[in-house]
Amino acid sequence: MSDARQDVRKTYKLLINGAFPRSESGRSYEVLSSKGEFLANVAQGSRKDLRDAVTAARAAQPKWWGATAYNRGQVIYRLAEMAESRRAELAEHVGLAEGLKDAAAKSCVSRSIDRIVWYAGWADKITQVLGGANPVAGPFFNFSLPTPSGVVAVVAPQESSLEGFVDTVLAPIVVGNTVLAIPSEIRPTPAVLLGEMSATSDFPAGLLNIITGYTGELTPTLATHEDIDGIDLEGVSNDEAIELSALAAGSIKRVLRPDEHRGDAASLRRLRAFVETSTVWHTVGQ
Amino acid sequence: MTDKSLESSTLGSLQYDPAPELAAIARLRPSYGLFIDGRFTDPSTHEQFASLNPATEETLAMVSSANAADVDRAVAAARKAYDTVWSKTTGAERAKYLFRIARLILERSRELAVVETLDNGKPIRESRDIDIPLAAAHFFYYAGWADKLDHAGFGVSPQPIGVAGQIIPWNFPLLMAAWKLAPALAAGNTCVLKPAETTPLTALVLAEILQQAELPDGVVNILTGDGVAGAALVDHPGVNKIAFTGSTEVGRLIQQRTAASNKRLTLELGGKGANIVFDDAPIDEMIEGIIDGIFFNQGHVCCAGSRLLVQESVADEVLRRLVRRVEQLRVGDPMDKNTDVGAINSAAQLARIKELTDYGMSEGATRYTSSCVLPDKGYWFAPTVFADVTQSHRIAREEIFGPVLSVLTFRTPEEAVAKANNTNYGLACGVWSEKGSRTLWVAQRLRAGVIWANTYNRFDPSSPFGGMRESGFGREGGRHGLEAYLNV
Repeated sequence: MSDARQDVRKTYKLLINGAFPRSESGRSYEVLSSKGEFLANVAQGSRKDLRDAVTAARAAQPKWWGATAYNRGQVIYRLAEMAESRRAELAEHVGLAEGLKDAAAKSCVSRSIDRIVWYAGWADKITQVLGGANPVAGPFFNFSLPTPSGVVAVVAPQESSLEGFVDTVLAPIVVGNTVLAIPSEIRPTPAVLLGEMSATSDFPAGLLNIITGYTGELTPTLATHEDIDGIDLEGVSNDEAIELSALAAGSIKRVLRPDEHRGDAASLRRLRAFVETSTVWHTVGQ
Repeated sequence: MTDKSLESSTLGSLQYDPAPELAAIARLRPSYGLFIDGRFTDPSTHEQFASLNPATEETLAMVSSANAADVDRAVAAARKAYDTVWSKTTGAERAKYLFRIARLILERSRELAVVETLDNGKPIRESRDIDIPLAAAHFFYYAGWADKLDHAGFGVSPQPIGVAGQIIPWNFPLLMAAWKLAPALAAGNTCVLKPAETTPLTALVLAEILQQAELPDGVVNILTGDGVAGAALVDHPGVNKIAFTGSTEVGRLIQQRTAASNKRLTLELGGKGANIVFDDAPIDEMIEGIIDGIFFNQGHVCCAGSRLLVQESVADEVLRRLVRRVEQLRVGDPMDKNTDVGAINSAAQLARIKELTDYGMSEGATRYTSSCVLPDKGYWFAPTVFADVTQSHRIAREEIFGPVLSVLTFRTPEEAVAKANNTNYGLACGVWSEKGSRTLWVAQRLRAGVIWANTYNRFDPSSPFGGMRESGFGREGGRHGLEAYLNV
């Protein structure tokens, strides 16, 4: 009678400050596979959940940026290790969410993990690539360093449930920001899985917060929240991006609009989007 | 609410003979048209407004007020120049135009300094030694980039954006024009520049210089006018990029108004810079640095060190020395070569400074004001220091943009950093200490785009300048300044 065993199903929850709460609102929404079959009831995040995530991200940011660049690279690489050992599970979910055949889903997961590795390597290189010494006329040593904008909200792509999530979320993280991310509304489970992996890797609490839910309901809160420094609008339509960009002007946020060049490894656009240039002048003398 | 009398000083009694610069060197015309497509338009075809000397309230020249139709014409000229000439001009040739402009600015530097001081009210010493030489240096610096863009760190063959609309403030009129035009032209864009309403004149002299340089028609167009012209430029569908320097309030509006378009945007906005003084700082240099940080250019500086954070153990000594030094500042005729503090740029700005300093008094801060005699005519505000300021006071939170310093204290480096960062702005900060490790520790934690250690208010074309948070985004100066004008 072994066939009669019922599988143990998972509750898909939020990731806030290293913990996995349900939405404080008590709401969830039904997520279907690409074939229209029931997959899961996923937590439907609320404004309050977002605010909690901002608080967690703000608290975590100085610690994350205060770690050595070498250490940040290792932490991100550790996520790739975690994901590698759970490739099959990720591939199953990407397959169900995106309607990919087994081989295609596996190769999508492979690309995603390779992308994590690519990002991990940037942690201790971006400073030299984007910074430098400036030859000012006078007795000063003057240098410019890329520093993080602070707390960044990411609206991850709707179609690409894992690869797009990895690409948009890790770019601000590797340069020292902390992130709250809204995964694809209709295909959230691969991102939730990756969040679980991040929490069992070396990601400090609050570095990556994941709020599943209705994109249209959550994004205005992100755009208007005064303690969010930047927002990546990859996962919204052009019309929504216009509206949200105007709202984001309230606190002069850095805004990254939907980008046709996403995933282009040759472009540093995404890495540059949420860094500031901090320039220090120091006197030189005896 | 107290108004303590200032300490007397032997130096305060020293008198200087007047040393006025010659106003006639300005060679101003009675009226100016707009500079569109390489030519000045006929002034009689435009509504005119007066550009005043803020030190005397006398009219310097009549200037044309651009309307939406003028903006249309200027953008069309810039587009045509981009399509037919400038985008086909090699980087090496663009560079030579910019080198030429740099040289012409230096050749006419005395004239430009006089015009700047007459129009803006800043001391001739500053326009002569800082504004004009730095403006020339910016053109010289970016000239060299024009044929080296492949090496600027944005990949091979980075492309220009197209037509740039550039709106600049009144505090450093020619210098801000140079900060905007030089990188834009080096990167291959064409420009429509709108100078500030109260300080249009050096930009018009610059237009003459562009003619002398034989810059192709329409590559740079200069539209004088008020906010109507600025708004028309921001909204114009033919403009690909907006670069704005000014208040955070207007910057916010521009970010909202450009949201619906694909226009690229950079903003250089307000600030409330903290100048942090530790107890081991060399006191003479530090007092001069504090003075320079807030009274340079009458405090009309977005990166001014308008909040002084002094370590408690030396606060009394620093305040005593500071107040004595303020009393020695020579306030008055901007054209006098000995003047330290000139005129406030406009009646509106003077009213704003008075309003905020009144709050300083009513909210309980202690006010020290220079006893200098202010001229009867013109717009003037005596250098002022507020002590006993707390973080919640309006004079500690809002940008005054005038010669007014708010003094607060701290005990530990952690507290200094927390107080310095307790603002929505993030433009500039100063750190004064002999201990390099502590200076760098503080610098790492300040949320500011520019940090001056044991100096303040230094500028250089190779050094990126710009803010974090509500002080805006994008950088001007250095390799970083090219990004604002490249499609990368």
